Amino acid sequence: MRSPHASIRIDNLTVAYDRHPAVHHLSGAFEVGSMTAVVGPNGAGKSTLLKAIVGLLRPAEGRVNLTGALADDIAYLPQQAEIDRQFPISTLDTVTMGFWRRSGAFGAIAPAMLEEARQALAAVGLIGFDARPIGTLSAGQFQRVLFARVMVQDAPVILLDEPFNAIDSRTTSDLLALVHRWSAELRTVVAVLHDLEQVRAHFPQTLLISRELIGWGETAATLTADNLARARHMSEAWDEHAPLCHVPAA
Amino acid sequence: MYLPYELLLQPFVDYGFMRRALVAIFGLAIGCGPIGVFLILRRMSLVGDAMSHAVLPGAAIAFLLFGFSLTAMTIGGFLVGLAVALCAGTITRLTPQREDASFAALFLISLALGVMLVSWQGTSVDLMHVLFGAILAVDNPALILVAGIATVSVITLAAIFRALVIECLDPGFLRAVHGGGARYHLLFLVLVVLNLVAGFQSLGTLMTVGLMMLPAASARFWTSEIGPMLLFSAAGAFVSGYIGLLVSYHVNLPSGPAIILTAGLMYILSVVFGRNGGLVRTYLRAPHFQR
Repeated sequence: MRSPHASIRIDNLTVAYDRHPAVHHLSGAFEVGSMTAVVGPNGAGKSTLLKAIVGLLRPAEGRVNLTGALADDIAYLPQQAEIDRQFPISTLDTVTMGFWRRSGAFGAIAPAMLEEARQALAAVGLIGFDARPIGTLSAGQFQRVLFARVMVQDAPVILLDEPFNAIDSRTTSDLLALVHRWSAELRTVVAVLHDLEQVRAHFPQTLLISRELIGWGETAATLTADNLARARHMSEAWDEHAPLCHVPAA
Repeated sequence: MYLPYELLLQPFVDYGFMRRALVAIFGLAIGCGPIGVFLILRRMSLVGDAMSHAVLPGAAIAFLLFGFSLTAMTIGGFLVGLAVALCAGTITRLTPQREDASFAALFLISLALGVMLVSWQGTSVDLMHVLFGAILAVDNPALILVAGIATVSVITLAAIFRALVIECLDPGFLRAVHGGGARYHLLFLVLVVLNLVAGFQSLGTLMTVGLMMLPAASARFWTSEIGPMLLFSAAGAFVSGYIGLLVSYHVNLPSGPAIILTAGLMYILSVVFGRNGGLVRTYLRAPHFQR
């Protein structure tokens, strides 16, 4: 495993769509080896934050500082992958996509890497699925394939956007065990989640966001009734008559 | 009663033009076949036909500058085709516009420009007819062009294969790992234009686009993995060409349409009898397994 010591610092980050902020002046840090849940109402900017960290969205203001890893060394599991499920490819080959950083565009996939991919599939409970075309998988099974792909990426930073959406509870506990293992390996894990019980039970750190920062720190201290109420008060719709924002950098 | 030799081999043994046509078809098959599969997977199936119209201004400008030079017109057509393909590809990347809409818009602009140039010149010569040849008239230079481009295509496709597959399958992933998906797609578009224009010039538009798309469209009825699809597509194109040439020879029919209709027959048979989603398999329900 490569050096796993990567941390992410968010510096007065604002990410906007059409000049309306989805993430508004957020500052804080994800420490090395931390396991942080990102929680908030719909439209709170959670997916936006993850996309900004990976580099898929450009900040309107502020920046994301990655220490100990390069921007392309982040394993990102998006909420709804743009994957063409009808594409004629097998489950195993889809998992081997995760070797991109190791093999590059032209390198071969060594037999050892294939074996690693098979083990990743086994770890997510998909033994025997190697040759199955991905079009024949259920939504939950496919989500597990994407988890296996993340495993194989062997990245120091792992971002998961609502990873357990279509998955049954038994598989969810298996996958949560995997996430714990990643954190034990000192990978920095950030996961957007909706199930607060799950967050309280498994994630030591929580970032509660509602466009703006509500709370960021130890889970019990962040997910208080007060904070949750404040988060719920955010308005989802854009204010067409909003004034320009002149908040100075913190 | 014809012996198999007389039926299947003698025309090629006896006549140089038949041999050259067959070699040209081989080059076209291995160059265009695999490309057709990727075009279909990217929902760009009509790009081939669109491109045959889009190259007109290139041919027109070349005609204006160099007169009746096939070489100049081919190069002009290639450059304009390349411009259309790369602009469409780039617009798709940088804006929310979809790939097929991008192509539609640009090829129409290009075609209109071409028509304008031709009518301004005031010539009654149908440039497209002059530019686009027929397979039985394929000469050695054209053969070398097709063979050369086929070789370059196959090697390039093999090199960028995995990147191209990932770029088709999950472009978001490549963006997230900063894998530079755009360059592979644009390179693929260059190959598309190269094969099309080389084919247009030596073999005609119908033949080229037909051999590019029909076997590729048939492939998905026989296999559900991309590797075998590429092989099937190339092989199917060659077999269609071979049979079509023989039919046109023995029955005295025009060769281009004969070849494409053979490929078309193969397609219909695939739709009906194909192992993988063919109509018979789908509607004739075989008993299901226990597990």
